Amino acid sequence: MTALAVSETSIKPRNAWGETLFRAACFSAATLLMAALAGVVISLVIGGWPAFKTFGFGFFTSSEWNPVTEVYGAAGPIVGTLITAFLSLVVALPLALGVAVFLVEFCPKPIANPIGVAVELLAGIPSIVYGMWGLFVFAPWFAQHVQLPLVMNAEPGSWMDKLFSGVPNGANIFTASMILAIMILPYMSAVFRELFMTVPAQVREAAYGLGCTPFEVIRSIIVPYVSKGVIGVIMLGLGRALGETMAVTFIIGNAHGFPHSIFDSGSTIASTIANEFTEATGEMHTAALVALGLVLFLITFAVLAVARLLLRGQKH
Amino acid sequence: MFKTFTVALGAATLLAGAAQAADLSGAGATFPAPVYAKWAETYKAQTGVGLNYQAIGSGGGIKQIKAKTVDFGASDKPLKYEDLLAAGLYQFPTVIGGVVPIMNLPGVKPGAVKLTGDLLAKIYLGQITRWNDPAIKAVNGGLPLPNLPITVVHRSDGSGTSFIFTSYLAAKNGDWAAKVGASDSVQWPTGLGGKGNDGVSAFVKQTLGSIGYVEYAYAKQNNAVFASMQNKAGKFVLPAAANFAAAAAGAAWGKSAGNYVLLIDQPGATTWPISGATFILLYREQENAAAGQGVLKFFDWAYKSGDADAAKLDYVPLPLAVKNIMRKQWATIIKSGGKPVYVSK
Repeated sequence: MTALAVSETSIKPRNAWGETLFRAACFSAATLLMAALAGVVISLVIGGWPAFKTFGFGFFTSSEWNPVTEVYGAAGPIVGTLITAFLSLVVALPLALGVAVFLVEFCPKPIANPIGVAVELLAGIPSIVYGMWGLFVFAPWFAQHVQLPLVMNAEPGSWMDKLFSGVPNGANIFTASMILAIMILPYMSAVFRELFMTVPAQVREAAYGLGCTPFEVIRSIIVPYVSKGVIGVIMLGLGRALGETMAVTFIIGNAHGFPHSIFDSGSTIASTIANEFTEATGEMHTAALVALGLVLFLITFAVLAVARLLLRGQKH
Repeated sequence: MFKTFTVALGAATLLAGAAQAADLSGAGATFPAPVYAKWAETYKAQTGVGLNYQAIGSGGGIKQIKAKTVDFGASDKPLKYEDLLAAGLYQFPTVIGGVVPIMNLPGVKPGAVKLTGDLLAKIYLGQITRWNDPAIKAVNGGLPLPNLPITVVHRSDGSGTSFIFTSYLAAKNGDWAAKVGASDSVQWPTGLGGKGNDGVSAFVKQTLGSIGYVEYAYAKQNNAVFASMQNKAGKFVLPAAANFAAAAAGAAWGKSAGNYVLLIDQPGATTWPISGATFILLYREQENAAAGQGVLKFFDWAYKSGDADAAKLDYVPLPLAVKNIMRKQWATIIKSGGKPVYVSK
């Protein structure tokens, strides 16, 4: 008995010390992250301040981007970023839902896993590879088989002409959005799949028991059950699409200013920074690019904040 | 006696060791990075002194040398003399590159289409929009040119290539100079941007009737269809190493303050009009004499023995006369504590 008591007292302080250390390590890990985030925001604000001070609100509304005269307006890249991100989401969302539903509901067990792995592998391809594939394979194919026929069949002055006008070589906002859609698809479908699996089997079985068709089960039971999660997935996909750089830079055509149609060349915030940062010699040029970085940060932050808001209160 | 000898020997080995261990560091332009890497490799094998060159872009190179984190900076775009003096810097050229207009026209052979600087500027301004424009036909004699819209392709990334190209357009066309100007990246009036030489080249290859511009080495290695350009003497010349060297030979190196020389539209019958040198930046007053000496020794060696390596990589070496002008400048300009760090041989 006494021996046991002695050993207990000799262990206790060591445990307590370990606990303190563990707690401190966790705390410092979390605070370090916060400090890094705050540091990034502060340095973006400081670095971009000259641009905000000089151009004021015009920085957000002007599409003039002229490194020679040192006049910078970010409206073109901001609009380009929002259009490509939303367009890619519109394409990727139904596809991701389809993939996930198929994998969870219809897919025979032996091939469900290989397909799931293949989808996740898509997420592992570096973005520069998507960019090169887009530039050398997808863009020429798209130009020849989609863009040219559309442009040639459009009556001059019609809505089609306005929507599809542009240089027929496949480097435009639409193809950039398609590449983005392929890139965000695996993330979204992987999370959708996990979400759908959280629906209790009883609920599903009960619905089938009532005579529901698979489509009715998905529409009326599964999707509503995970609806808030679905919103979260959409926001995650959007967040990734907003910040994607290399693949977009290769294929968007990199024209500053407002795009005039979906087949027009454009630019995004990330592509503009990637293009110009290395050779930006002027103070104001660098400041404008850093300010762009801050704008992108704020857009991404807004998206995440909306996602949190919509996710709040979700129980499962 | 023996003791002092060993001490002296020890000190000598120590000094030699220190000198050998001190690798050179540089950062900047991406265009000359392959040839600097090749030179560094050979130089290290011969002398034991290594060079750590980071190809981070000309803008980055200028920032790094100003922050004194490297022994030398490198830029594709020369700095103006007053900017050099304000920062206490000196610049000299290392190798030459040419910028070549390339296009995609069915059935047209390389060099068959002739262009002038004014025509090129008008095309890039969006004023000439078709290949069979009377202005293009006028300089091309009987060459059949298709009724194709011209698609303009430019670099999307900031680049020394764009600087040379837009400087040329600004020199040859008043409209371009007034509306657009010359810089690493400009507000392009028309066209689409490809990232890097390969991006521009890919868009040109994929778009019928397009025109773009790339580094000479890139045009050569990709067998692109290039244009002949009219030079100052009024002759139409092909892009070739000898014609870029002619541009450097004709330039007023000794007379331009701070070596601010653009090899744009230089005189000479065979001169290619759109060329440019790439530059090294270093401090006039070296805080560390050994580092300054190391950099100059390296480039002295490169001037003397690096031409073959440069030519193999499709860079154009400087003419000997230009190299000798630079060596003389080094001996008088680069100092440490009032003493020159480089002794001209």
